[in-house]
Amino acid sequence: MSPELAGALQLLALIAALALSYRPLGDYMARVYSSERHLRLERWMYKAIGAHPDVQMRWPAYLRGILAFSAASLLFLYGLQRLQHGLPGSLGFRAIDPDQAFNTAASFVANTNWQSYYGEQAMGHAVQTAGLAVQNFVSAAVGMAVAVALVRGFARSRTGELGNFWADLVRGTVRVLLPIAVVGAMVLVACGAIQNFAGIHEVGRFTGGTQDWNGGAVASQEVIKELGTNGGGYFNANSAHPFENPNGVSNLFEIFLILLIPTALTRTFGRMVGNLRQGYAILATMATIWVTFTVLMMWTEFAHHGPALEAAGGAMEGKETRFGIGASSIFAVTTTLTSTGAVDSFHSSYTGFGGGITMLGMMLGEIAPGGVGSGLYGMLIMAIIAVFIAGLMVGRTPEYLGKKIGTREIKLAACYILITPALVLCFTAAAMALPTPGDSMTNSGAHGFSEILYAYTSGANNNGSAFAGLNADTQWFNTTIGLVMLLGRFLPMVFVLALAGSLAEQRPVPSTAGTLRTEKPLFTGLLVGTIMIITGLTYFPALALGPMAEGLAA
Amino acid sequence: MNNSLTNGARLLGAGLRALLALTVLTGVLYPLAVTGAAQALFHDKANGSEIRVDGRSVGSELIGQRYDLPLKKGQQTPEPDLRWFQPRPSNGLGTNSVNTQYQLILSGATNRSADSEELLRWVKEAKAAVVEDNSTAGYRVRPQDVPADAVTSSGSGLDPHISPEYARLQVHRVAERNHLDVKRVAQLVEDHIDGRILGFIGEPRVNVLKLNIGLRELSRQAGTRR
Repeated sequence: MSPELAGALQLLALIAALALSYRPLGDYMARVYSSERHLRLERWMYKAIGAHPDVQMRWPAYLRGILAFSAASLLFLYGLQRLQHGLPGSLGFRAIDPDQAFNTAASFVANTNWQSYYGEQAMGHAVQTAGLAVQNFVSAAVGMAVAVALVRGFARSRTGELGNFWADLVRGTVRVLLPIAVVGAMVLVACGAIQNFAGIHEVGRFTGGTQDWNGGAVASQEVIKELGTNGGGYFNANSAHPFENPNGVSNLFEIFLILLIPTALTRTFGRMVGNLRQGYAILATMATIWVTFTVLMMWTEFAHHGPALEAAGGAMEGKETRFGIGASSIFAVTTTLTSTGAVDSFHSSYTGFGGGITMLGMMLGEIAPGGVGSGLYGMLIMAIIAVFIAGLMVGRTPEYLGKKIGTREIKLAACYILITPALVLCFTAAAMALPTPGDSMTNSGAHGFSEILYAYTSGANNNGSAFAGLNADTQWFNTTIGLVMLLGRFLPMVFVLALAGSLAEQRPVPSTAGTLRTEKPLFTGLLVGTIMIITGLTYFPALALGPMAEGLAA
Repeated sequence: MNNSLTNGARLLGAGLRALLALTVLTGVLYPLAVTGAAQALFHDKANGSEIRVDGRSVGSELIGQRYDLPLKKGQQTPEPDLRWFQPRPSNGLGTNSVNTQYQLILSGATNRSADSEELLRWVKEAKAAVVEDNSTAGYRVRPQDVPADAVTSSGSGLDPHISPEYARLQVHRVAERNHLDVKRVAQLVEDHIDGRILGFIGEPRVNVLKLNIGLRELSRQAGTRR
């Protein structure tokens, strides 16, 4: 069997597995977020928090809950790293420097998982397991909560109430993420991922002598890193490290975990707004973009243009033998079209166009299918823009799911789509204009510019992957990328929740013959077009200077 | 003002309590439960898939090693020991260089781009070396026969595998250096090829450590030295 055919079959197997889990998981999540029952464990937690889970919140209260929880997370994680040397299981690693500790805390709280540290030689068991892995769970649960709040905004009318943040946070963690993580972690261990609390220890070598290894609770962190679309590796090499991703099956399983919740949430959405076909239209938009990007990526990687890759006879630089080019391409597209940022191969050594595809995937706003929760709310914002554009064409007040898209709604949606590009382009320009940040580049010319553009794109979109040639452990990059990650995560949430609040207050407009049918393929086409045009117009000049210049020169 | 300040503090307190409760669940109980189950059910795998030969640990099935000659005086990098099958290059991060406390194995890629002059030079040098090292009196390696994995570094720098093509290419050299029959070494390689899982997942590959363990066994059987 040729590698191309094997790659295509792996893609089909992945789609089949996602199709099988789509309905049960999507319906289950709809029940979780609509249920009025509380588990005993959840009641204990509400008591500990001091919250009443049945109290409905309007959008400002919901937002305050998110900000308070995230601020507490940021402080706690920062403190944990700064005190590392005194913690049990620190393996003798020292405290993390202030700028790097801020960067890492911001990164994990914002569901980005950008890493300017080397996991295996900086972070001990306590920080990895009780700090970073916890944020993998809860930052994902926060994203899901915001998505559900927006869906409630569409589903409810003549009320400003969006649900209870503490209940959504706890339920998402306890009833959705944790059960899947337990099962998934065991699958990864069965493949060969390590799971222990051993210290650093000596292991023999074939030719004599010894090597030093870290132990770690790797499988339990790896599974939630993918499932929660977080992406922060236990080891520096992330999912390329054999202890994180031991074979072809674990690799495919990790890709499946990344896509599992973001795709199933479209079913949850359809279920909660009472029209499953609306969910299918959103899913179809996501799937169209994801499949197209994957096919393009496989094509450019198998073709391996670029002087060094042509001399080598294949695009194997930065890729593992056990995954090969096909599966690595699927992983690369999946991780950048979601907000994951885990890598099983290093994007910096991809072909010029391949690197461009990973960057474009993030620039779309990570909505195909996007991060857990953030993918759905990002896509729904795009749907509002598409409905607005269609409304302008026919001169009709636009409406979506029975809610009028008026001045206030479109202003909030427009702010949402402007905030990320503004962060990316302003900070990239600043880094290029200032004298010192450029010293961090490993490659020069177009690829050097791409390293910096990639870094801010990855940070602002909460992805976390990198053209890792960039030495990002400098005060400039630690601080600015840390800020960009926080602003890129929480400012859009403000607009989403404000929008949800204003939608929930409306009374529904009855559907008429003139209403745009948003569950039809025509709308899916319009939505894909809107996404590509908006992204294209925003980023084309920057992409032309980086990956396109490199790709065309090859 | 005072009121909003106390409200803010109260909310931050609730956030902190929520975080601590969730930390106990997902940061303490969950990893401990998974570790317990993993250690009970998959003890060897959960601890790194170590391979022991004659009671001595020789490394992990999953972590690639180097098979080099001892470092000579004045040498910066050791030369490969050509008696053994050689792994892929690792020009990225290798043994720990940043943290001086341990000699940790550090993982990482080169991150050189497709148009990098440095990468182009590394690839060309590696290809020339593969051609030269593996050509014997009766067997000439042509540059176009060298597979891509033989001249590129992996993502982790710890790739335990090489492609079957690269393993086959090394057969004549290994047989000559170990005074073994070419056919027997070729058969050894064929026996160590792992196909795609279920026929389509991953890529065909050869585990270099297992192959070299098999080679050492073969040499013993053949009664040669070592």
